[in-house]
Amino acid sequence: MSANMSNRMINLLVPAIAVILGLLVGAIVMLLSGYDPVAGYIALWHGIFGDSYAIGETIRQITPYILAGLAVAFAFRTGLFNIGVEGQLIVGWFASVYVGAAFDLPKFIHLPLAILAGAAAGALWAFLPGLLKAKMKIHEVIVTIMMNYIALHVVNALIKTWSGGGDKTDRILESASLRSEFLSSLTDYSRLHYGILVALLMVVVMWFILEKTTTGFELKAVGFNEHASEYAGMKIGKNIILSMVISGAFAGLAGAMEGLGTFGNMYTRGGFTGIGFDGIAVALLGANTPIGVIFGAVLFGSLKYGSLNMPNAAQIPEEVVQIVIALVIFFVACGYAIRLFLTKISKNKGAK
Amino acid sequence: MEYVIEMLNIRKEFGNFVANDNITLQLRKGEIHALLGENGAGKSTLMNVLFGLYQPEGGEIRVRGKKADITDPNVANKLGIGMVHQHFMLVENFTVTENIILGNEPKKNGSVNVAGAAKKVAELSRQYGLNVDPTAKIEDISVGMQQRVEILKTLYRGADILIFDEPTASLTPQEISELIGIMKKLIAEGKSIILITHKLQEIMDVSDRVTVIRKGKGIGTVETAETNPEQLASMMVGRQVTFKTEKGPAFPKEEVLQIDGLTVEDIRGIAKVKNLSLSIRKGEIVGIAGIDGNGQSELIEAITGLRKVKSGKILISGKDITNRKPREITESGIGHIPQDRHKHGLVLDFPIGHNIGLQTYYRPPYSKGGIMDYSAIEKKAEEIIAQYDVRTQGPHEPARALSGGNQQKAIIGREVERDPDLLIAALPTRGLDVGAIEFIHRRLIEQRDSGKAVLLVSFELDEVMNVSDRIAVIYDGSIIDTVLPAETDEQELGLLMAGHSREAAARQAEEGVSKHVE
Repeated sequence: MSANMSNRMINLLVPAIAVILGLLVGAIVMLLSGYDPVAGYIALWHGIFGDSYAIGETIRQITPYILAGLAVAFAFRTGLFNIGVEGQLIVGWFASVYVGAAFDLPKFIHLPLAILAGAAAGALWAFLPGLLKAKMKIHEVIVTIMMNYIALHVVNALIKTWSGGGDKTDRILESASLRSEFLSSLTDYSRLHYGILVALLMVVVMWFILEKTTTGFELKAVGFNEHASEYAGMKIGKNIILSMVISGAFAGLAGAMEGLGTFGNMYTRGGFTGIGFDGIAVALLGANTPIGVIFGAVLFGSLKYGSLNMPNAAQIPEEVVQIVIALVIFFVACGYAIRLFLTKISKNKGAK
Repeated sequence: MEYVIEMLNIRKEFGNFVANDNITLQLRKGEIHALLGENGAGKSTLMNVLFGLYQPEGGEIRVRGKKADITDPNVANKLGIGMVHQHFMLVENFTVTENIILGNEPKKNGSVNVAGAAKKVAELSRQYGLNVDPTAKIEDISVGMQQRVEILKTLYRGADILIFDEPTASLTPQEISELIGIMKKLIAEGKSIILITHKLQEIMDVSDRVTVIRKGKGIGTVETAETNPEQLASMMVGRQVTFKTEKGPAFPKEEVLQIDGLTVEDIRGIAKVKNLSLSIRKGEIVGIAGIDGNGQSELIEAITGLRKVKSGKILISGKDITNRKPREITESGIGHIPQDRHKHGLVLDFPIGHNIGLQTYYRPPYSKGGIMDYSAIEKKAEEIIAQYDVRTQGPHEPARALSGGNQQKAIIGREVERDPDLLIAALPTRGLDVGAIEFIHRRLIEQRDSGKAVLLVSFELDEVMNVSDRIAVIYDGSIIDTVLPAETDEQELGLLMAGHSREAAARQAEEGVSKHVE
């Protein structure tokens, strides 16, 4: 019984200690570069929680991280490594904006249709690597990485064609927007939109698929042991493709949240958004569980948004800020080492 | 009497679980001392205590008469204790010498002196008659050779007390007899050996004394010369064990499995099963006897749909199932205890309950409309766990945490409970202890007696002879003869398995007798 208690204590302590250690080392980096860490962290705090506007923007930032994290985690749980979340997100963004701008429909049809278009585009983008893996055993990591570049440049070309040589799409119609007067006014006119509800709903969806359905049972079995699954009569190829498609749909939704919620259009991009890649870390920090992904996304989203305030409020250059943020995430990822250390201490205490 | 190792009243606990309860083991200099116990009896724990991987909660260890505090494997190494692990710890794409010096590389002018080490390895290999090529790559040599590399590794590090952990588990009969020769040679050169095993015949063949443990408790130490397999088995299991499986006569009825002219190729397009025909009827056990690699795996994979059939036909109760999908075949009334339970039989990371549902999860009551009912699966799992004596903490325990025998019992329970017309059992008792083997044989015979057909594939002649009603001998992908257990003996079977015809076998048997006399 007492062993369980201390285990629970350790579970709570690990992330706390990790964040504190990260902040401490981050403080040293700021000191060494000649900046005031106290001012820096006060700025970070204000950037995240300072006022209702900051909180609204932080939640907005968390939204795509949750979905990107779910995409990576879902693939992981079924034995696949989807590095293509970034590309799937980009095509999802574009598809949702296209549907949002090109059609004129009542809101209750238009908005779901635009969201679905994003999910479908992401799913399609992930279908191809899934198909190649299932039929020809081509490793999904290579294919998904390459699909990222194809997504980026194809979407850029489509935006140029559509806008007649411009660098941005038309704006979506109001009937396809996730924007919310209510949430916005609640948070001092931040860009907070209904996307967070979509993201949380998807957390439940992932949990439901994996833990409640026969499909989830098969997907997990195939992920753990293809041979035993085949022996048990499951279709390996079908499950690999299905897993990639579901993962890609989550990624496409992340893009749709940006397109229909935060921005309302899409610009041509010089490079990746980074959300898809950060999704890998979000999933890992969350131990690939749906609930864990929320925590990972909260950490990433709030640091990412809050740190924007550090150059302004504390005159700390962007580069140093990024190092500090990376350090915090680094230490959280090192949770295993901290856990080992804590277990050792509690064991020694118990022995003496 | 001089003891090199004394483990006195060792106690090791894991939480509330006592893995070793007051166990004493004394190893004399120059003896082979067998440590016997069922899977999960605590043999490995005891050896890990000796090797410094675990610290005991009670008792003491003496090495060459002096009390020793073995805090980690390095201390064990320094005391001259070496372990030959069951699962080899070798780097596949390194050479023999590189593997042996790994972690302990001799330096010469700042670089690793592989040549010097190779010379020393070659010398040791010659001294102990190991016949190992120091420059060969691990991936290119046989399992038996790899084991010798493990032995060399301990010798190279100066061990004179060697622990062999289940050394024959993955060896062919030929390799086993060579290993026994090597162990005797080691003793002759002044080494002492602890042999962990649950194979009684090996103990009778090679050991001087035996220490038996059961469920974590020391049962006692006996001189091998003064005991017999029956006594050892009852000490190990705690009750009388019958070696000869009791069974009544078979009453075969209509045909269940019919294979006509079956040809199956491996991935390289080489025929592994060649124009094979076989028929099995309800109420009989047909044993496939043969040396590993004569097409047994490919035959079973073809029947169960895991491998494409090149030509020929497979019928189940008259229904053609050639090249059908595994699930369709399973549902046609086939149960399959696969040869490799870790690869095909179980999803090791799933709870044992999920594994029991692995063949039926898509059907009511285990799921309805695509939604799983895990409580129904767990209820069924609990039934099977109780009925098939699967020792586990419950359906939630990961399959990985169960011992081999209990994993196998769970698989058998899963397959038999589906009530298949034909049960295919491929090496169903591999790596299991006598208690579990007895249990499994009895289950197979029960299946037969309830009017089902059983196809048993085994490399163990004893098993084939004891359990089967008919024996089909497979050689080079074909059934070359079918014999009745009562009308044959191990010698004839052995010759048939080597590809001789029955007439030739009979002739050779006679000549063999006269030759041996000379």
